[in-house]
Amino acid sequence: MNDKTFKKVYKEAKEALEGVLFDGMVVMSGGFGLCGLPENLILALRDSRVKNLTVISNNAGTEGQGLGLLLETKQIKKAISSYVGENKLFEKQYLSGEIELEFNPQGTLAERVRAGGAGIPAFFTATGVGTLVSEDKTHQSFKGKEYIMETGLTADLSIVKAWKGDKSGNLIYRKTARNFNPVMATAGKVTIAEVEELCEVGELDPDYIHTPGIYVNRILEGKDYSKAIENLTLSEE
Amino acid sequence: MSWTREKMCERASKELEDGFYVNLGIGMPTLVANYISEKNNVTLQSENGMLGMGPFPKKGEEDPDLINAGKQTITSLPDSSFFSSADSFSMIRGGHIDLSILGAMQVSESGDLANWMIPGKMVKGMGGAMDLVAGVKKVLVLMDHNAKDGSPKIVNKCSLPLTGKEVVDLIITNLGVFEVDKGIKVLEIAPDITKQELINNTEADLVFS
Repeated sequence: MNDKTFKKVYKEAKEALEGVLFDGMVVMSGGFGLCGLPENLILALRDSRVKNLTVISNNAGTEGQGLGLLLETKQIKKAISSYVGENKLFEKQYLSGEIELEFNPQGTLAERVRAGGAGIPAFFTATGVGTLVSEDKTHQSFKGKEYIMETGLTADLSIVKAWKGDKSGNLIYRKTARNFNPVMATAGKVTIAEVEELCEVGELDPDYIHTPGIYVNRILEGKDYSKAIENLTLSEE
Repeated sequence: MSWTREKMCERASKELEDGFYVNLGIGMPTLVANYISEKNNVTLQSENGMLGMGPFPKKGEEDPDLINAGKQTITSLPDSSFFSSADSFSMIRGGHIDLSILGAMQVSESGDLANWMIPGKMVKGMGGAMDLVAGVKKVLVLMDHNAKDGSPKIVNKCSLPLTGKEVVDLIITNLGVFEVDKGIKVLEIAPDITKQELINNTEADLVFS
């Protein structure tokens, strides 16, 4: 078996984070609400006590769940998110000035990460024109319509969650647990993926790979997924 | 008599044309899905990365990997597809979605929309609302005609921070249906509501046809 593939495989999250963490670093985390979260890596990040983090993630988790865990230990200095509505602790730390917050429209956030991973330093979008989001940003008109410039985003570390992965880092996501994970996998200087099922090379059909292994530096099989449901809604019958 | 929430949602569903791809916002707009008939062939988009949103699951069939943008458990349909957040907003920003229905705090006579922030209160974030109103072909606002304190929500100029500038096409409230086109045109009035009542409850000038 090709030796390089096995160099990516780590037994557990703590081991996978070794040598990549430093105080003040920028971390991207995949997930939408509590769906598709790299649960094992977030726990290991908490246990590492690395601090003054800038965290780029669509949401800030809920209390005791997801990135909410890093709020309890006050490891986050700044958050770049589109929606933080479900987290009272975040609200408290924000109002007391302990944590800095930069709101990005959700599509702008996704595209900034996509651009960052694709080597595109900036792009123009109509999203946010005429709103607080456009303040201090470069405006330009194309074909008579006004756009603002947004910059690409990269991170020192991206942590993502996939359904299946192989030992060379190829990833397949499941249903809406895909969300921000594929773009964030492309935008980390180091990207670590945790998967529910780690497969041998050759077990996954190359036609169905969502994230090619080139983007994944380290991979581990996660355990004890809580996969919490934030808003259980059932049909009436 | 003003329209009930059910009547408002039913009226909003009439804007869903055959073959439309539609994004429904969180709250009352989500309920519009209850009035989509199968022959309408409407596909619902959820901005967290799904086309072809099905109904809520039966008890025991919920899947934590399958949620909508309101983080509610949902189901998929035979023609559903899943994709990343970047792809999702490419179809939104790129003008591929036909209609977006969302709630509002204020709409101005030029179609400015405010629905994400009240200064001085904790701000939760705009989520995907700014992208939707900037990119989707037609924007429908579904809201109560007046705020809880009775103040008008259709105003000359929004006093709250904007979600988008000149983006709203149609407004459906408990009092009527309004088109935003160089002013607020009254298309329909709820039963037993008089023109004067409508004028009294609206700050912006109304154009009656």
